[in-house]
Amino acid sequence: MPPERTSLSHVSEPVSDEAAQAPADHLPERRPAERMRDLLPAIEPERRLDDWGRSERVEGAMDRTLIEFFYRYWFRAEVEGIENVPAEGGALLVSNHSGALPPDAAMIAKAIREEQPAGRPLYITVEHFFKGYPGFSMLIPKIGGVAAHPANVHRLLYDERQLVLVFPEGRKGTEKLYKDRYRLRRFGRGGFVEAAIRAEAKLVPVCVVGAEEAAPIFAHVGFMQRLTGLLYFPITPTFPWLGPLGMLGYLPAKFKLRFLEPIDTVELGGPAAAEDKALVQTVAQEIRARIQENLHQIVARRKSVWFG
Amino acid sequence: MPSRRILVTGLSTYWGARLAQALEGFEQVETIIGVDATEPRRELERTEFVKVSNQHSLIQRIVRAAEIDTVIDTRLIVNSLGAAPREAHENNVIGTMNILAACTGSDSPVRKFVFKSSTNYYGSEQDDPAFFTEPMRRPHPPRSRIERDVVEADNAVADFADKRPEVTVTVLRCANVLGPDVDTNFTRMFSLPVVPTVLGFDPRLQFVHEDDIVHALEHAALNSIPGVYNVAADGVLALSEAIGLLGKRALPALPPFGTAALLAPLRRLGFRIPDEMLNLLRFGRGVDNRLYKATGFDYGYTSRETVIRLGEHLRLEPVRRGHEEGYHYEREVEEFLRWSPHVRRGRAGDDGVAADREPLGI
Repeated sequence: MPPERTSLSHVSEPVSDEAAQAPADHLPERRPAERMRDLLPAIEPERRLDDWGRSERVEGAMDRTLIEFFYRYWFRAEVEGIENVPAEGGALLVSNHSGALPPDAAMIAKAIREEQPAGRPLYITVEHFFKGYPGFSMLIPKIGGVAAHPANVHRLLYDERQLVLVFPEGRKGTEKLYKDRYRLRRFGRGGFVEAAIRAEAKLVPVCVVGAEEAAPIFAHVGFMQRLTGLLYFPITPTFPWLGPLGMLGYLPAKFKLRFLEPIDTVELGGPAAAEDKALVQTVAQEIRARIQENLHQIVARRKSVWFG
Repeated sequence: MPSRRILVTGLSTYWGARLAQALEGFEQVETIIGVDATEPRRELERTEFVKVSNQHSLIQRIVRAAEIDTVIDTRLIVNSLGAAPREAHENNVIGTMNILAACTGSDSPVRKFVFKSSTNYYGSEQDDPAFFTEPMRRPHPPRSRIERDVVEADNAVADFADKRPEVTVTVLRCANVLGPDVDTNFTRMFSLPVVPTVLGFDPRLQFVHEDDIVHALEHAALNSIPGVYNVAADGVLALSEAIGLLGKRALPALPPFGTAALLAPLRRLGFRIPDEMLNLLRFGRGVDNRLYKATGFDYGYTSRETVIRLGEHLRLEPVRRGHEEGYHYEREVEEFLRWSPHVRRGRAGDDGVAADREPLGI
């Protein structure tokens, strides 16, 4: 017999005992779709990794050192509206995105871990690109990155009821130059709204101010990008002058994070509403507008880029 | 519909023999007939062996003559280390076609068809989802011959299921199998003194224990569960985690780029990494296993336990090697035991089968 299993702290809904010991008399009958959630495997307590490849050990080590340093002392992050991050249930966080090697994702995750009473873990969607890069491919899943595949987002939100972070601007956000700072790019095709509606998850818009100044990009060098095969080859204050580590050479801009009021997608009409393209686009536009408006507000009130 | 008269194809393969042994323990199964081109390598009690190659006309005659209601196809070759490419293609694609042909015909007695497929069907690519579910198709065309064969065979069975609605078709896509007896790419890789990995990659892999595969096939034979199902144990491990559980060391000796180019000369020296493993060692693969669990199937081992068991076996193996006798199929002896009027089968045979051998599984 398999040993009794309990779940790690970050699996919010452990498999119920009833489901695990379901009587065997109704064997060939299909269980209803909702019960599929109960069949999710729990993480064995002896394991250090979860099924997504996330490692408590690696994440904890990063969290206590590098991320702690940047969050507390370098960026001196200030957080508003943490109560808008749901304490339970699936939620999709939607944020603006910027910086040569974007520091925003790590800071949002750290902010939730530090400020929210539940301290929920955050899964960060990243481009498939990273999976092909040696080193990155090992590290990214260990610290909570998952490939931005609709099936992954759905499983995390609907089945595992986790917090997931998306950057709808994607590469268009990180590629933008310093002169375009705090101007949101197009929000993809609204796929993130569809995913949230399907998974009946809340949508939480997030504004990050400071990342644009912390890792500004002054120019792109096209032929170097082709030569190195990188996603892009930016010119920043420290890259390429200090070599690859120059990507981590962030300027000490003051970070301000604001979590905005969530949108309950259940009220939009249930999973079927995901097929309604007009509704999806409207919601995506509304979220984009709210983030843009709040970004303007925070930037307007900010007296200094470095001291806030 | 419970199966009473079962035909197992590939009786001489590991899975065919294991399944036939398991089915012998169920009283409700009246008849088990196994076909294969070579002689069985495991001892069977009441299974009838018929030596026949993948000729559909002959198999069809056997099916009709014995009024077979269930055909379980376990022949699929999913590890290219085990067979030459042409042989594998012949077996996987042409063989499957022939077996399916033997089950068709308006007067065919076959009411259930169980097919052992592989998660090689999904492939392993950079832009894969973390967990493949059964309706998903592979996002890119197959890269290796084995994968192409698996996709072709799986599609042929899906086509058969569409055209023959009166037949319950169950397809089991099995993840990478580990275990003390089975010989797969991964058991070979894990028995090396150091395990080669690709520099800078730590793929997520999902395994399943050999006994669970046998139980899964048995579950499909004894219940009526039409559809396609992933068969993989709970838990997706990182390769580094699996190597740690085995108590071995990883050797990140394979370069992240141009791996195939480096392996070509090494292959001549006898060091071979199968084509279907190249991407698996970089991107890995996870599948959702809930659908089969929802039919009432329970796994005996998780992925982690499977790897631990293999580790225990690998440590014990040098001590035990050479102490076990192999089994040789002797036609005359087997026929004597089954058919001679002098053999007392009434008590010793039938009761023994039902009582001594605890039915595997459910």
